[in-house]
Amino acid sequence: MADALLEVRRLVKSFGGLIATNRVDLEVLDGETHAIIGPNGAGKTTLIAQFAGDLHPDQGTITFAGRDVTALAAPARSHLGIARSFQITSVFREFTALDNVALAVQAHAGSSFAFWRPARADRALRDPARAMLESVGLGARGDVVAANLAHGEQRQLEIAMALATRPRLLLLDEPVAGMGLDESQQMIRFLGSLKGRHTMVLVEHDMDAVFTLADRISVMLYGRIIATGAPEAIRANEEVRRAYLGDERAL
Amino acid sequence: MTRRTVFLASGLVLLALVPPIAAALGQPFYVDVFRRIMIFAIAAVSLDLILGYGGMVSFGHAAYLGIGAYAVGIPAYYGLHNGYVQWTIAVLASAAIALVIGAISLRTSGVYFIMITLAFTQMLYYLGVSVEEYGGDDGMRLAARSTFAGLVDLRGGTTFYYVVLVLLVLSLGVGHRLINSRFGMVIRGGRSNEARMRAIGFATFRYKLVAFMIAGAMCGLAGALLVNHTEYVTPEFMHWTRSGDIMFMVILGGMGTLGGPVLGAVVLRLLEDLLLPSWTEHWQAILGPFLVLVVLFAKRGLVGLLPERRDG
Amino acid sequence: MLLVLEQTLNGIQFGVTLFLMAAGLTLVFGIMNLVNLAHGSLYMLGAYLATTFFQRTGSFLAAVALALAATLVIGIVVELIALQTLYERDHLDQVLATFGLILFFNELVAIVWGRAAIYTKLPPWLSGHIELLPGVRYPLYRALVILVGLAVAALLWLLVSRTRLGMLIRAGASNRTMVSALGVNIRLLYTLVFGLGAALAGLAGLMAGPIYAVQIGMGEEILIQVFVVIVIGGIGSIRGALVGALVVGMVDTLGRAFLRPLLATVLSPSAADSAGPALASMLIYILMAAVLFFRPQGLFPASAR
Repeated sequence: MADALLEVRRLVKSFGGLIATNRVDLEVLDGETHAIIGPNGAGKTTLIAQFAGDLHPDQGTITFAGRDVTALAAPARSHLGIARSFQITSVFREFTALDNVALAVQAHAGSSFAFWRPARADRALRDPARAMLESVGLGARGDVVAANLAHGEQRQLEIAMALATRPRLLLLDEPVAGMGLDESQQMIRFLGSLKGRHTMVLVEHDMDAVFTLADRISVMLYGRIIATGAPEAIRANEEVRRAYLGDERAL
Repeated sequence: MTRRTVFLASGLVLLALVPPIAAALGQPFYVDVFRRIMIFAIAAVSLDLILGYGGMVSFGHAAYLGIGAYAVGIPAYYGLHNGYVQWTIAVLASAAIALVIGAISLRTSGVYFIMITLAFTQMLYYLGVSVEEYGGDDGMRLAARSTFAGLVDLRGGTTFYYVVLVLLVLSLGVGHRLINSRFGMVIRGGRSNEARMRAIGFATFRYKLVAFMIAGAMCGLAGALLVNHTEYVTPEFMHWTRSGDIMFMVILGGMGTLGGPVLGAVVLRLLEDLLLPSWTEHWQAILGPFLVLVVLFAKRGLVGLLPERRDG
Repeated sequence: MLLVLEQTLNGIQFGVTLFLMAAGLTLVFGIMNLVNLAHGSLYMLGAYLATTFFQRTGSFLAAVALALAATLVIGIVVELIALQTLYERDHLDQVLATFGLILFFNELVAIVWGRAAIYTKLPPWLSGHIELLPGVRYPLYRALVILVGLAVAALLWLLVSRTRLGMLIRAGASNRTMVSALGVNIRLLYTLVFGLGAALAGLAGLMAGPIYAVQIGMGEEILIQVFVVIVIGGIGSIRGALVGALVVGMVDTLGRAFLRPLLATVLSPSAADSAGPALASMLIYILMAAVLFFRPQGLFPASAR
């Protein structure tokens, strides 16, 4: 497929005896929002970690924008345009929200071997960071220490940091997990506004989010992808129903 | 200016007043005491850069104290007393050895990092002990203090005192710029959340390694000062308890602050060098449990008693 | 050739001493996630107590038994008073607090026994030699140390792999909450493991007493070598501790014995005289660096325990 942004071939990853990723093939098309669903323990987070470079597969290849990135570490993949959010909120808790995003801007603003000028007075970092906070709706919260932000705000902050690296591919690991109804609606609207501008891989249990946002869905079970297709096709797929969706009231 | 900055500044002013006060009291001895304190303060500030700001629990910081000291002592042994040369060697040699130790130990983390930094420092300690040429176990006397032709004469106790004070202030100034620079934000981010740093695109290893070198170089300078102060160098400078001592200063004063290590150095040195020994020969039996209590109940250190946001 | 054999045996003897220390330390790391610098203090106390008990009772075996019991009790008391609160703290806190304990114990020893080194005499029945091969004699006591060390290694292996306590130890290392859910008192388990480690350190110390000088600081000297053992062997692995200890014991002993004459064959005698001891004292650390370079997690990472 010519316009696959992320192309995964025969990916295998095991921990001891447990095979977490079992010969996974996957293509994420440029511009699409691709959801990966499956029960707990299916290996979704392990898969995301391999896309991001936090884990390295035992076998198989990962190609991003036509380039084999299998051996690249996370920082290098970030520079190629892969950004992620974590399942468990991961921000710099001691820093203010603005510091958090400014650090993400800084990571992509040349070398950080700059020892003398105060980074917090650096408009080349602060201005884009402030703008990014505005765009995720945290404009008024820039000076709040991240640890003191509400859970939903921390999730938003995390996405602001990911976006601040100007990624081509956004890997989102359960972005609405643990959120209240209002918060998650707001997050889904926001992610919807990113559609088209960013290619997204979305791991999510919230079926509302998945079926609202996804262009295509892959279903994972015991480390394998058992089906990939448009939302309606997945909803209708017998194997998926039997294996996974059968007990999901959301459908 | 924050309250802590005011506090740090007034502390430095007090340090500047030590020689005249000591002279007025007829107690020149205190000039020596506080000169030693300030030398250790520089070492503690350098450790805090990586420990408090960078989260790198190096248990081998005394290595650079020793390297800096031998970098002055060995040239002096061969008759070279030029301080410009000696101190440059001290700083460069410390940075170079920090580069090697850091390159190996920073590949690991947690307990491994602690044990490895400790082990390498012990290796340098044994190296010092086994090289008979430079006095081995007994160490060697420094024939003369470093000379700085046309600049200062360190033979004058008070002059030397102010040189150390100026270097302490410079270390604090450099430290302040450093931790607030882009580089400093990377180091602090690595302490806060390494996985997040990597995910947003920082290959943190190289930044940590450079921070490790800078801290080593700064402590090497403290070593060069210390050998001039004691006019003696022995492997004891690198003894592992010395590393623990410097670490204790950082924690006692308050890590992740610049004033903390200075305050910690003042309090701990006064306790160890003056107060406790004058009370009992077995003062370490008191100091040990005191350290345990500080760790358990006063983790934020003495500076933590001043209400202020945690900042440089 | 005879010298090589003798030094090899000395290396093994030093190695088993390191192993007794490393086993306790690595279990405490692996299970409680605690860095205990004061482990060396228990080694020192074992040596001092055994020496004193031997002088008082006149019986070497009684002294061994008493010193073992004493270090076990001291270990448990220290765990209950000071260390329990440290399990949930970060490594920095653990390092500093146990550093404080070292200062305390060293000074305690200075108060009780004074600052000068003391020497332990062996009873007559242990001070002879045995003939390994015709004409090859080796001190009986050192041979005994090797045997005891290897026996303890075997017992530990049985304990960890074959008993219920061992099962809990292994399970506790990988999943604390699971073990507590089984209704096991995890606090008690920790205290037991810590006491076991303390007694092993005491055993290492009391056996080392008649071979080396008994003095303040002996615990930390060996502690840092034990760290090298653990880094090489891999944290939390008994097998790694054994292999690492034997390798470090041999390399250190053989290096000190033969590096200088070896260097003298390629360097001038005076250069060998100065480089030999310096290099010998650095050898195990260089070895550690080399292992780390190729295997950052040590030879036997804990997951393969």
